[in-house]
Amino acid sequence: MSALSQKHLIGLKPLLKSDIDLIFQTADNFKEVLQRPIKKVPSLRDITIANLFFEDSTRTRISFELAEKRLSADTLNFSASGSSVKKGETLLDTVRNILAMKVDMIVMRHSSSGAANFLSQHISANIINAGDGTHEHPTQGLLDGYSVREKFGNLKGLNYLIIGDIKHSRVAGSDIPLMLKMGAKVKVCGPPTLIPKHIEELGVSYEPNLRKALEWCDVANVLRIQLERMDIKFIPSLREYSLFYGVNRELLDSINKDITIMHPGPINRGVELNSDVADSKQSIILQQVENGVAIRMAALYLLAGRN
Amino acid sequence: MQPRVILDSKKLNLTITRLCHQLIEQHKDFANSAIIGVQPRGVFLADRIHKKLGEILKKKTIPYGKLDITFYRDDLHLQEKPILADKMDIEFTLEGKNIILVDDVLYTGRTIRAALDAILAYGRPDDVELLVLIDRRLQRHLPIQAKYVGKIIDSITSEKVKVEWKETDGDDKVWIVEDKD
Repeated sequence: MSALSQKHLIGLKPLLKSDIDLIFQTADNFKEVLQRPIKKVPSLRDITIANLFFEDSTRTRISFELAEKRLSADTLNFSASGSSVKKGETLLDTVRNILAMKVDMIVMRHSSSGAANFLSQHISANIINAGDGTHEHPTQGLLDGYSVREKFGNLKGLNYLIIGDIKHSRVAGSDIPLMLKMGAKVKVCGPPTLIPKHIEELGVSYEPNLRKALEWCDVANVLRIQLERMDIKFIPSLREYSLFYGVNRELLDSINKDITIMHPGPINRGVELNSDVADSKQSIILQQVENGVAIRMAALYLLAGRN
Repeated sequence: MQPRVILDSKKLNLTITRLCHQLIEQHKDFANSAIIGVQPRGVFLADRIHKKLGEILKKKTIPYGKLDITFYRDDLHLQEKPILADKMDIEFTLEGKNIILVDDVLYTGRTIRAALDAILAYGRPDDVELLVLIDRRLQRHLPIQAKYVGKIIDSITSEKVKVEWKETDGDDKVWIVEDKD
């Protein structure tokens, strides 16, 4: 197996296990590149990539940009604010205009679920979804899986817990299919209002009690409470959420188990995760960020020029 | 055409020994020199050379690395499928060292061009020399020559030189076969 089964990276749901293995294996190579004195290879010097961010981002955007530069691709950055989107230009028109300037690949973040998929049906350039609404964030899912694999050697048989707002989370949307495909067991935990109905159909179990859920897991991915995506009150208050679902040192110490803690960022410190956990040895949050560049390099390298 | 053997096991091992002695003439006790094999096939030869040098010099500490050139190739955009990389394994600093780059066959010179770029990403060696087992001198695309050559072969483009090793192919042998691609 030396090529991906897909032309775009819209989500992890359509990927095969062999695709994920291939991306991980390639990311190993790029991780080594990133340790060298000169952290740059000329592999994509003939490729131009447009980063279209219709929604705010720090980590993902910088990570993609760095990955592209490490591969010697030409990049251009676009953000919705200060662009013709404000004048009412449609998504498809914006993208077609950019592609008319001979751009080969699109990295796109959009607040509407399905935006990347919609685009892939109308244009021929390779698309990488950098997060679409509450649907998927495939490179985040991949780097989460990669970081866990790095720590445990294998994902098979691991107990993987996702805590928090599963309903609005595109990270959960990508983590769940990835972990299941790689043979891990997945449980979600959070207030019932933030758990999608019928989540069991995905092969995922639900545990409303945080302590019980933590006792079960090897790795806990703590999600951010996304107030910007909540148009109605799903939780009474942040303080109450923190009381019931906040992960803190006291709680972890009372469980006799060395649980690995992850967070996709940005952290609301003191809400879903306390600093005494986020900055402790149990946390691999910064490794996740580091691995993000290698994973994105792998995805770009494997998709570039695939038609 | 009939495949023909140009180096059998005995000749190949004699050639490797001769190459090692040539290296020692130049590099003495390898105090400031290192061997780097080009992935994937150059590494088999580099393994042998490294081992033989260790035996002759009675020295086990000659620095030895493996270089993957995949991301530096000049034909990545011409490929239907992405090319997967091999492992890079260079555990020592190249700064100020004399590097001996080892590959099995020198043909168009493009691999070595890529290898030079890849090496320079690790640091700035004092100098880089090239050692190859087989030099197909008539097919060069770039102005690249090896300093140490096992055997020169005047072959045509439709022929292919196959270097086989006991470890992976069952026997040490170099042949010329018809290139079917």
